[in-house]
Amino acid sequence: MSRVKKAFHQFGSPPWLFRFAGILSPILWVACLGLTAWGLYWGVFLAPADYLQGESVRIMYIHVPAAWMSMMIYALMALFGFIALVWHIRATEILAMASAPIGAAFTLIALISGSLWGRPTWGTYWVWDARLTSELVLLFLYLGVMGLYNAFDEPRKGARAAALLAIVGVVNLPIIHFSVKWWNTLHQPASISVVGGSSSIDSSMLWPLLIMAVATKLYYGANLLTRTRVRLVEENRNKRWVRDWIEGKKG
Amino acid sequence: MSGQVFLPLLKRDLLLAFRRRSEVLQPLIFLLVVVSLFPIGVGPGPQILARIAVGVIWIAALLATVLSLDSLFRSDFEDGSLEQLVISGHPLALVALAKVLAHWLVAGLPLVLLSPLLAVWMNLGEGGLMVLVISLALGTPILSLLGAIGSALTVSLRGGGQLLSLLVFPLYVPILIMATSAVTSATDGLPYLGQLGLIAAGLVAALTLAPWAIAAALKLSLE
Repeated sequence: MSRVKKAFHQFGSPPWLFRFAGILSPILWVACLGLTAWGLYWGVFLAPADYLQGESVRIMYIHVPAAWMSMMIYALMALFGFIALVWHIRATEILAMASAPIGAAFTLIALISGSLWGRPTWGTYWVWDARLTSELVLLFLYLGVMGLYNAFDEPRKGARAAALLAIVGVVNLPIIHFSVKWWNTLHQPASISVVGGSSSIDSSMLWPLLIMAVATKLYYGANLLTRTRVRLVEENRNKRWVRDWIEGKKG
Repeated sequence: MSGQVFLPLLKRDLLLAFRRRSEVLQPLIFLLVVVSLFPIGVGPGPQILARIAVGVIWIAALLATVLSLDSLFRSDFEDGSLEQLVISGHPLALVALAKVLAHWLVAGLPLVLLSPLLAVWMNLGEGGLMVLVISLALGTPILSLLGAIGSALTVSLRGGGQLLSLLVFPLYVPILIMATSAVTSATDGLPYLGQLGLIAAGLVAALTLAPWAIAAALKLSLE
């Protein structure tokens, strides 16, 4: 058996994943908290205020990473869901369903911080602008996935149904995004281009933003693995390895 | 083998729909009632009505479609014939397509035919009427195809109907945008063929991809 294949199968085994998540998640939590503190301190106290937007620009250090995460997590959720549907791996079903609430939370944070930012800069909390609208639709898609998952009595069946919905959503998401963009645009275009390297944002603001972006990714990893561990214990509570683990905790 | 399932199933579903006429008519009556509430709610001023006409008619069409979608697979699921269709060995995507086509002929097509009446009620401009009918004719099959995915996913759930609307409405956003934009452009005397072309492209994409998703969802629901 090749190395990759072996790793793939190991990843699908609940006891192995449980141990792996148990080792990795504390590291991720610590790294995430450290980076968040650093990034926020830099963004809130050290970075300069914008000459046009003043102090309100500091909302960016929350808003932009949250918006990035909201889309990234949806894509990952659909990817996990795809693996779950094709190879019937329970671990990826858990990962996909654990991703949904985290992604929904980031979407909500992006929407709320965005509307708080919109008030001083655009003069209104909410406009039916392209990005706001597609972010709102994204929130509805997340709620649909979570609602469908919770509607089933059997978690496995619910996870698979919700995974299929997530995949349908991923096919639709670019269409929704472009149609809404074409429908109405007020939001500023993206200021950061990773590929071309021609960002219109100054490095004094870019650095804390990038730190926050990494911190949110670590948060996702930490939260995802913690949720996965809880779910794994809950589901395998009658299995030998969980009992052994609980015994080990006691003794 | 594929020809053996599509036409008989289509015929059967149409016959069943014909036998349950009152059930089939309900979404249409719902559509009429919803649209007629708008002039009462926002006032009968012709200008306001003309301004919101397309949006109202299209949103009412979305609501009526979702209302009828809930029963798309339900009776077949309850009496076990859906299970028989799945294990029959016929291509399930084709089975799904036949059922969706029957649904559209019963729920979507009457809506298209009814739309000129609604347009008169809502005082839609002369130039927009033809485009409205075309946009509905191209768009309602997409509504049926996408909605059938949600319907197949929720068929084994008890209170599936409310969940269904949460699942499918976000997916309907692009169609709503394109259709309303096409009709508004037409009433304003602007070119509208681009938007209609995009709806047609969406129809082709939905026709090719959605049956597979419906088939997968049906298999999941019957597990």
